[in-house]
Amino acid sequence: MNTQVSNPASPAAGLATRDARRRWRQFKDRAARVTVFAGGLSVIGALVLIFVYLFYVVLPLFAPAGMQTVASYAMPVEGEPMLLSIEEQAEIGMALPASGNIQFFSVADGSRLEQVALPLAGNARLTAVSSVNRDRGLVAVASGDNDVHLFRHQYRISFEGDNRFIAPKVDYPFGEAALALRDRPQPEVMEVNPMPASQAYSATAATAAGEVLTAEVAVTELPPAPLSPIARLAVRSSDGTVMVAAQTEDGHIWLRRFAQSGGLFAAAGGALTASPPQDLGAFPQTTQLILTPDADVLYVAEATGRLLVYRLAGGAPTLRETVQLLPEGTQLQQLSLLSGGDSLVAVGNDAVIRQWFPVRDDQNVTRLIEIRQFELPPGSQALALESEQRRRGFLVGDQNGRLDVFYSTSERRVISEQAINGEVRQLSIAPRANTLLLADAQHKLHVLKLHNEHPEVSWSALWGKVWYEGYAEPDYVWQSSSASSDFEAKFSLTPLAFGTLKAAFYAMVIAVPLAIMGAIFTANFMAPRMRTMVKPTIEVMEALPTVILGFLAGLWLAPIAEENLPAALMLVPALVFGLILAAWLWSRLPGRIRYLVPDGWEAALLVPAVALILFLVFAVSGPVEKLFFGGDMPAWFDRELGIGYDQRNALVVGFAMGFAVIPTIFSISEDAIFSVPRHLSQGSLALGATPWQTLMRVVLPTASPGIFSGVMIGMGRAVGETMIVLMATGNTAIMDWSIFEGMRTLSANIAVEMPESEVASTHYRILFLAGLVLFLFTFLFNTLAETVRQRLREKYSSI
Amino acid sequence: MNTPTNKSSNATANSITREKSASRDWWKSGTPWVWLNAGAVSISILLVVGLLVLIGWRGLVHFWPAQVMLATYQEPGGERIRTIGEVTRSETVAAERLREAGLTLDSEKEEYQRILLKVGNRDLLGGDFRYQIDDWLVDRSYPTNLLVVERREWGNLYGSLDSVNFEGREVSGEAAWQAFQAAEARAQELHAEIRSIEKDEIGSVNYQLERLRLKERGRELDGLEGPFEDIEAQRKTLNDEYAVMQTSLVKLYEANQRDSFTVTIMDGQSITVPFAKVVRGYRPNSLNVLQKTGLYFERLWEFVADEPREANTEGGIFPAIFGTVMMVMLMSVFVTPFGVVAALYLREYAKQGVLTRTIRIAVNNLAGVPSIVYGVFGLGFFVYFLGGSIDDLFFREAQPAPTFGTPGLLWASLTLALLTLPVVIVATEEGLARIPRSIREASLALGATKAETLWRVVLPMASPAMMTGLILAIARAAGEVAPLMLVGVVKLAPSLPLDGNFPFMHLDRKFMHLGFHIYDVGFQSPNVEAARPLVYATAFLLVLVIVVLNLAAVRVRNRLREKYRALEH
Repeated sequence: MNTQVSNPASPAAGLATRDARRRWRQFKDRAARVTVFAGGLSVIGALVLIFVYLFYVVLPLFAPAGMQTVASYAMPVEGEPMLLSIEEQAEIGMALPASGNIQFFSVADGSRLEQVALPLAGNARLTAVSSVNRDRGLVAVASGDNDVHLFRHQYRISFEGDNRFIAPKVDYPFGEAALALRDRPQPEVMEVNPMPASQAYSATAATAAGEVLTAEVAVTELPPAPLSPIARLAVRSSDGTVMVAAQTEDGHIWLRRFAQSGGLFAAAGGALTASPPQDLGAFPQTTQLILTPDADVLYVAEATGRLLVYRLAGGAPTLRETVQLLPEGTQLQQLSLLSGGDSLVAVGNDAVIRQWFPVRDDQNVTRLIEIRQFELPPGSQALALESEQRRRGFLVGDQNGRLDVFYSTSERRVISEQAINGEVRQLSIAPRANTLLLADAQHKLHVLKLHNEHPEVSWSALWGKVWYEGYAEPDYVWQSSSASSDFEAKFSLTPLAFGTLKAAFYAMVIAVPLAIMGAIFTANFMAPRMRTMVKPTIEVMEALPTVILGFLAGLWLAPIAEENLPAALMLVPALVFGLILAAWLWSRLPGRIRYLVPDGWEAALLVPAVALILFLVFAVSGPVEKLFFGGDMPAWFDRELGIGYDQRNALVVGFAMGFAVIPTIFSISEDAIFSVPRHLSQGSLALGATPWQTLMRVVLPTASPGIFSGVMIGMGRAVGETMIVLMATGNTAIMDWSIFEGMRTLSANIAVEMPESEVASTHYRILFLAGLVLFLFTFLFNTLAETVRQRLREKYSSI
Repeated sequence: MNTPTNKSSNATANSITREKSASRDWWKSGTPWVWLNAGAVSISILLVVGLLVLIGWRGLVHFWPAQVMLATYQEPGGERIRTIGEVTRSETVAAERLREAGLTLDSEKEEYQRILLKVGNRDLLGGDFRYQIDDWLVDRSYPTNLLVVERREWGNLYGSLDSVNFEGREVSGEAAWQAFQAAEARAQELHAEIRSIEKDEIGSVNYQLERLRLKERGRELDGLEGPFEDIEAQRKTLNDEYAVMQTSLVKLYEANQRDSFTVTIMDGQSITVPFAKVVRGYRPNSLNVLQKTGLYFERLWEFVADEPREANTEGGIFPAIFGTVMMVMLMSVFVTPFGVVAALYLREYAKQGVLTRTIRIAVNNLAGVPSIVYGVFGLGFFVYFLGGSIDDLFFREAQPAPTFGTPGLLWASLTLALLTLPVVIVATEEGLARIPRSIREASLALGATKAETLWRVVLPMASPAMMTGLILAIARAAGEVAPLMLVGVVKLAPSLPLDGNFPFMHLDRKFMHLGFHIYDVGFQSPNVEAARPLVYATAFLLVLVIVVLNLAAVRVRNRLREKYRALEH
């Protein structure tokens, strides 16, 4: 307000201070406005942040994978390497040329680091290579005509200050000496005069045995008759034994097992004792040999796609089956085991990749089954196939330099991009599947960075049936962790969502009738004084911590329900009949007594009746169980009907969670019924309708949207409830509607697994996804309810 | 407000028509259905009351010293076993089930009474509890000399007192009991002294040593070269202090081992137990009601004020109470200002329209979002993202051990503040909406600015509504467990979040919580049967707190409504 001041002197000073004060007050006003706006908006922002953040964490699951070439350089070894490898940190690579001189090099720029020569005999060159164990860096090579060497390339990490150094190293856990694939034919022993060795050969035939018994004797061997050199090699090592399968140039497949003396705990480098070599016979068509990691099964592949499966475990090798991997007329281009050693991936020249793994059928017979197919771009000829080391993914490179990255269980082609120009000759992926070495036809090596964090996630893997290794058929499985390192995590959200809905369904079955009926009576018939007592009681019920309900359900109710199963099942019909009977009996009583209880107090009157019915039901439960169910109803169910019984089951959860949901539905429905305009029901009553008719025909139809919204909100609460289901169900992720079986819900699953999941891992993000699903679920229900409620309010105000 | 009495009077009026066709009319009028509806209310009420009574009874009865029975247990054809124990509960079991359990039953009875007997002496007998058939438990008596000893380890000891070794003398007979009490009192004192040294003094020294280590590491990270004289000097003083404490501790421990007593347990073994292991010994059969009441309250107090023992299955729950209160208080500090400001914004400042309506729906919705989702958010955003960043910025010297980058009190309170924010916003908004416009206008007309009107007039009038919101928020937070499991609660916290070491309030510490305690002890405990009474007692305490808070909120709300109803006229 502007004041015109006419007073002189001192009022002027007053004016100044008043002005200052006014300014100060206005400043405060503005400051308050700004603060409230900022505060209010930030609070609302914080609430939005929840959604945004959940989304932000989940998003990478569905982000497309990518790759880029980060370096290209000349191959650090002469000739085409027989094996390429990268270590864990993707800093050092290893190339093994046919010369047997292992070359370590820097992945970043291709500069050569250490070179280690394998202890090969003479100038022998490598004829075949087999990766024995990629995790441990164990490699087997064949050289000469009969030698198999095993070596291990390892990388020791040391820290100096904050700098990390990686030192490559080669060692020989089974000794430096070569393992012989076959025993050479025994050379004849000759006795010769002490002559130069060179002459000894010419003299051998002439010398008669037995003549020179005491003379100085030089014993020498015949130059070994050359054996057919090894062309293909497959070696596996487990528990101190080494299994060698090799095909020689003449087509024969040889098997030989070496055991480390001292068995399992033998010191590294301990001598190996060889079992006699076995000749499987000649297989002229064979193009590839593959041994499973446990060395139990040998796959012999032919170019036509025919695959012979030999069982090696337990005695003599037996042909388990013969499988045609590809359609007739298709050539097999690549074949490889996926990590874990169960699945075979076969690439044909029809640009289709087929995944096979052994499945045990009803008769307990194991057969290879084609599980799924993946498509390569048309015309693509796979020249290189590499499987990831720790996941069920694999990569295919073709003649045009195209690289395709697949993931088996999620049935995804994660990446399909042009990596280089020209042929892809060789691929090698780092253990963490983030770096790839790619050799081309021009003797160059390309380094590619892969951004492929979550290939195992796809819509079908999360929600559909997936055929996992070791399972007889496709199924929904949630199994996020296990003790074994070869384990493949199985992330199907379907059983969890199913469990959530099942728990919510049984809770609603209990809660909806009780809550709505209670609301109807409380709002429509109850005496006001009783209403003021009932409503706070129900509100207290709403506030009860669910951990207490869950604890009571799990530790108190579950055993009671199991021991008095007949009572639990009889409860509902008994209550319905009993209450109506009680009401009827009451109506037959003389008026004198009836008028003692004023109108609207029926509910109080029925409390003893309910208690009596409960008592009776539990009293007859034991005898009924003995009479009809042999004294043990859960066992009877199992025996007679084949219905399994868990102590913590849907029945118990339904009761407990129903209890938690009743107040929510009750108070909203009660509000809705109570606020139905009075003149509507009074009009109906005035026209001669009974109170019940008025209720059914007038009040409920008007209030039904409100009741619906109450049910929706109750449903939202049941879906998200954690502690009750955590404590009162067995938390097993099964899909079974049976009321006597447990379940695992999304929320309980989060509560159980979240603390142990590694940050930013697929598991972690999928748990966030489960949270997001819950969030959206309840948001949907609540928004629906809220909108309906707002509509209803408008409708009432118009009536 | 008008009530629907007229309708119900009609309902009953209908039911008292003519006698003959009364039944049919009664059916046709729909009265049975009305009664059925009434039944639903009765069932709900009975459920709530029954549940509260159940928890209260089970929770409170545990502290009452039970009679200890001496009896002989003889299975048909089996040997006679001398048995001492408390009857925990009794149930009827079908003979069928007992046979399945491998018992040979001699009689043709179809049902047996089975007793769960707490025999204690877990270390000697292999288990605390035994199921025994009522009929086979013969020669029951309740001798007054039976002794119950609550021990610091291995649970209760039941037996008859033979002798007490007190101050180097062997006392037996009736005098032994006096000696027992004297020795027990002395052991209690020594134990308290030991506790105080171990927990407070040594704890404090350790804490300071750790801080010194971090300081040193911090300097090294800054590029300074050690050793640092000041740190070394302080460390030396602390180590000296520690050595002194250690010596006195050793002495105390020795002193505490002096006295011991010998009891004969049920299978005839005679064992000697040092008083150092005794929490409390009493002879329940010789106590009168008054003494029992005294003991009852003593045990109740122990439950509320003491720390847990034996993997939380015995002792008290003080750390859990403390943790819950601490967390709730912190949460209130966060949630109140923000909730009120948001409500002010929505009701007083923002222009009412589509935006505010959307926000209101969103806020209402958030109240319905499952609490576990807040937990997930809290873990991801607060703990890993915010906490991780704080660690990187301010706690480099402690790394790789996380300081705030791990679940803790601060994050738990923030998460719950977020969870309860909608409650406070809705309640405050409701309160603001109920304040008549005229009051605001009067204030503005007198020349007050908007801020002044709010501060001096509106907010004081809305304060009960804010209180209601806050109380409801606290009640919700106190009972919430699922999100806390992710963001900071542990089954056993080594130290309270508030202690005598600078900076006194340790927001990064993990804490214990009543609700989680119930879950943990009830479901993760190795000895569920022994822990069950404590779970009930804890549940009772929690329910009590929450019911009281809620009733308080209801009362505040009702009074508020009355007040404004008066204002409107």
